[in-house]
Amino acid sequence: MYDTTYHRAGSLQDAEAKFAAAEDAKFLAGGQTLLPTMKQRLAAPSDVIDLGKVPDLSGISEGDGSLVIGAVTTHYEVASSDVVKRLIPGLAALAAGIGDPAVRYRGTIGGSISNNDPAADYPAALVALGATINTNKRSLSAEDFFEGMFMTALEEDEIVTNVSFPVAEKSAYAKYPNPASRYAMAGVFVAKTSAGSRVAVTGAGSDGVFRVSEMESALDANWSPEAVAGISVPADDLLSDIHGSADYRANLVTVMAKRAVAAT
Amino acid sequence: MGVQGIGASARRKEDKRFITGQGKYTDDMVLPRMGFAAFVRSPHAHAKILGIDASAALDMPGVDSVLTGDQMIADEIGNLICGWMINSKDGSPMNMGAWRALEPETARYVGQAVAVVIADTQAQAKDAADAVVVDYEELPSVINAVAALQDGAPQLHPEASRNLIFDWEIGEKDATDAAFASAANVIKLDLTNNRLVPNPMEPRAALAEYNSAEEHFTLYTTSQNPHVARLVLSAFYNVAPEHKLRVIAPDVGGGFGSKIYIYPEEMVALWASKRTGRPVKWLCDRTEAFLTDAHGRDHHSHAELAVDADNRITGFRVSTIANIGAYMSLFSSCVPTYLYATLLSGQYDIPNIYCDVKAVYTNTTPVDAYRGAGRPEATYLVERMMETAAGELGISPADFRRKNFVRTFPHQTPVIMCYDAGDYDATLDAALKGIDYDGFPARKAEAARRGKLRGIGLSCYIEACGIAPSQAVGSLGAGVGLWESAEVRVNPIGTIEVLTGSHSHGQGHETTFAQLISERFGLDMDNVSIVHGDTDKVQFGMGTYGSRSGAVGMSAIVKALDKVEAKAKKIAAHLMEASDEDIQIEGGELKVVGTDKKLSFTEVALAAYTAHNLPEGMEPGLKEGAFYDPTNFTFPAGTYACEVEIDPDTGKTEIVRFVAADDFGKIINPMIVEGQVHGGLTQGIGQALLENAIYDDNGQLLTASFMDYCMPRADDLPDYELTTHETLCPGNPLGMKGCGEAGAIGSPPAVINAICNAVGDNSISMPATAEKVWQACRAQTQMAAE
Repeated sequence: MYDTTYHRAGSLQDAEAKFAAAEDAKFLAGGQTLLPTMKQRLAAPSDVIDLGKVPDLSGISEGDGSLVIGAVTTHYEVASSDVVKRLIPGLAALAAGIGDPAVRYRGTIGGSISNNDPAADYPAALVALGATINTNKRSLSAEDFFEGMFMTALEEDEIVTNVSFPVAEKSAYAKYPNPASRYAMAGVFVAKTSAGSRVAVTGAGSDGVFRVSEMESALDANWSPEAVAGISVPADDLLSDIHGSADYRANLVTVMAKRAVAAT
Repeated sequence: MGVQGIGASARRKEDKRFITGQGKYTDDMVLPRMGFAAFVRSPHAHAKILGIDASAALDMPGVDSVLTGDQMIADEIGNLICGWMINSKDGSPMNMGAWRALEPETARYVGQAVAVVIADTQAQAKDAADAVVVDYEELPSVINAVAALQDGAPQLHPEASRNLIFDWEIGEKDATDAAFASAANVIKLDLTNNRLVPNPMEPRAALAEYNSAEEHFTLYTTSQNPHVARLVLSAFYNVAPEHKLRVIAPDVGGGFGSKIYIYPEEMVALWASKRTGRPVKWLCDRTEAFLTDAHGRDHHSHAELAVDADNRITGFRVSTIANIGAYMSLFSSCVPTYLYATLLSGQYDIPNIYCDVKAVYTNTTPVDAYRGAGRPEATYLVERMMETAAGELGISPADFRRKNFVRTFPHQTPVIMCYDAGDYDATLDAALKGIDYDGFPARKAEAARRGKLRGIGLSCYIEACGIAPSQAVGSLGAGVGLWESAEVRVNPIGTIEVLTGSHSHGQGHETTFAQLISERFGLDMDNVSIVHGDTDKVQFGMGTYGSRSGAVGMSAIVKALDKVEAKAKKIAAHLMEASDEDIQIEGGELKVVGTDKKLSFTEVALAAYTAHNLPEGMEPGLKEGAFYDPTNFTFPAGTYACEVEIDPDTGKTEIVRFVAADDFGKIINPMIVEGQVHGGLTQGIGQALLENAIYDDNGQLLTASFMDYCMPRADDLPDYELTTHETLCPGNPLGMKGCGEAGAIGSPPAVINAICNAVGDNSISMPATAEKVWQACRAQTQMAAE
């Protein structure tokens, strides 16, 4: 690891000021991506600004027809929250399957979505549920927020404060993990909200999370595994690497969609 | 801990220090003024080194020096050696290219060291290593061993034309060909044995110190065999004469073979400690471990089996191409030859066997022995062939094996080995019973109703452990003898230290070896210490690999114990005015048979050291040493039965049952043996399902981290069901055969046989990834539809 200066932010304003004052700063949430990357000498921020203790960035609350999760809420907290389990059980199940226990105790929802790893689980949930991402500057829809592999609409100094989800009538997530990294090779989140049925896929797309509109229409007409069983996504837009060809990933998207619907 | 003898599952004495973080590994060693080494490594698989510019690096903070291969050559440091000479069919010696610890001219694999930076801290050394500018001219590279033999392939070493190191053979070719000419059936099979990365938990490390006044070196390092390391560093690398070099392998966190060898980095640390006048520490990071620890396996083979009308095997013909990597590592030449082709007879009475092996250079990490070393490659070939042949012949795989089992011992195979003892029916029966072989069709039907494909596979393995005797291995080309030594040191108060040339890096020697002494003298285990891993403490030793520590290392201890016991009895007889033959040792006491006269072991030990009243002419003290050279290999064997269930939608294989029936001869500590089998099976299952070292066409290792190289994890594995059946090895005093590698040797074919059986496709290769199995399932469905 290269030398860096660690700061703990006391408030959002403090975090913004420290960021502005530093030469090449990075915000730190759970550190489950940033720290390993720094250890491997692949990132060398001059300053690291820890958001973990900023008040109001953590916690889970129930709004009027919505669920709000603070940015530095850990995966473990989401997975074990009775509120999440009651309002959006698929989201709690998804969080329970991220990484391993150590990752779930440290990793956060805000950190995960800001990093937007194409194989991360949360982006599928946010897009399928039609979540709103609130930052220190504005509010963004999930579809506007995620812009492609490791790319988001966030500006350099912008900080995610919380994510607001509409309560779902149905929700479930099924993923096929990469056997080595255990990231999703194909993860499919299915949801039925007041906006209708939505299907979002992570891990398989060559440009990050994407929706499968054909499956969504089929589920609007008939919410059942059989409705999506015959629908496949074109392999052309999918990732292909040593862990799985695009054809294989296309198959997994259909199989996981079927299993996610069956789990609702 | 009390008295715990042979057969007791004594808890491991060493675990308290490991579990409480009090183990002492090389990285725990700190010396005043020590500097840290960081290596500059080739990013290219094959490139000419036009120049090395260290000026910027030398100006960086904390940098002591930047050293290169030219300086090593100027200091007359020798090249790395291969310790086993193999001759080709035509009698010519193997074609070995020069391997320099720091390469000055041509880099031949990604990760090869070309320079080293020594600095005050590890971070400073790494920063400076990044700043060393090496001017490379890229050359075309070749990764696959079959491709490397083709005309026009890039050439690695001028010494090895067409990249061929040797073209070796074993067995009678004409007789084998004749068996095929008269065969009723011939079964053919092409197999690849996938390349593996060893990945011990503790990466390699070295800390070297040079004392200029004494002209003496000390090297702390992660070695499975510190004495062999010292011998090689002294005799071949010219670092220092043996009496001026102390090698200490303290606690070592796993090896699996990869820590047998002398690597460039440890050698450079030693040399650099003299060059810089300060202790030098090197810590391998995980990426370096992936790139530079000797890899395992990587064979391409074609095999043919000749069978008569009665389904008896009459001939076995094998042709193998072995990828050696860019350089010949210490034992790389014996792995695909004498540790491989000599096991091609399996558990079967095969009258004619012929095998030729071409060893080939490629622009990849050097390949050497990895848990099993040659024997997994042989077993995979033999046991995939047995299952394939049974399928083609239309008989049960179990019956086909039974038809051909060796049943009389000793049994001389056509490929050197002479099997001394075994009972292959017993372990096959135990495995079949354990897995309820007869009930499989019902379980398959039940799985089918759930949409799953269920399959069952067998593997009847045999391996050869405790490579020996020295004279025989010498005649086959080995550069060292393969005996072991031990010293039993009884202290004046009756506690005992056993000095052994074996090295424990996870095997539990401190417990198992102590049980021998506890049993022999009826002493509490706490009164026994096992000392190993330091060339200044232990007289000599050949280290631990090839499942040799029990059969060879403990046999040496038994010989030394015999001498101690004889002397103790003489002293006791003298003190109690009895005859030696009337002394019996029981419960920590030496008793005169038929009387109530007795002395405690402590009293006898004290008498040996006070020497006030010893038999006429006897030397004081109670300390004896022994060297033990076995008369033969040992032959652990057994049957593994694997049952899988495959999800045809995803291709994912779940191992639902795994039954192991092993014959390890005498077992000292069943709990430790079980642990060895669990570990071995897990590594074998890892190879069969998950692990694969993949290079791209340019020689970049794509699987250079745990994000991409898939190690088996607990949820990939079933609960193992283990049984053992004991036939004693007649070749050593305890009747032991060895257990360290069996799991890794026997399990891959059991898993692949089960998967092929489930899918109905015999072409599935290792690793049987989910995608591969899914493709096969899809092809089967399409074929069924057509």
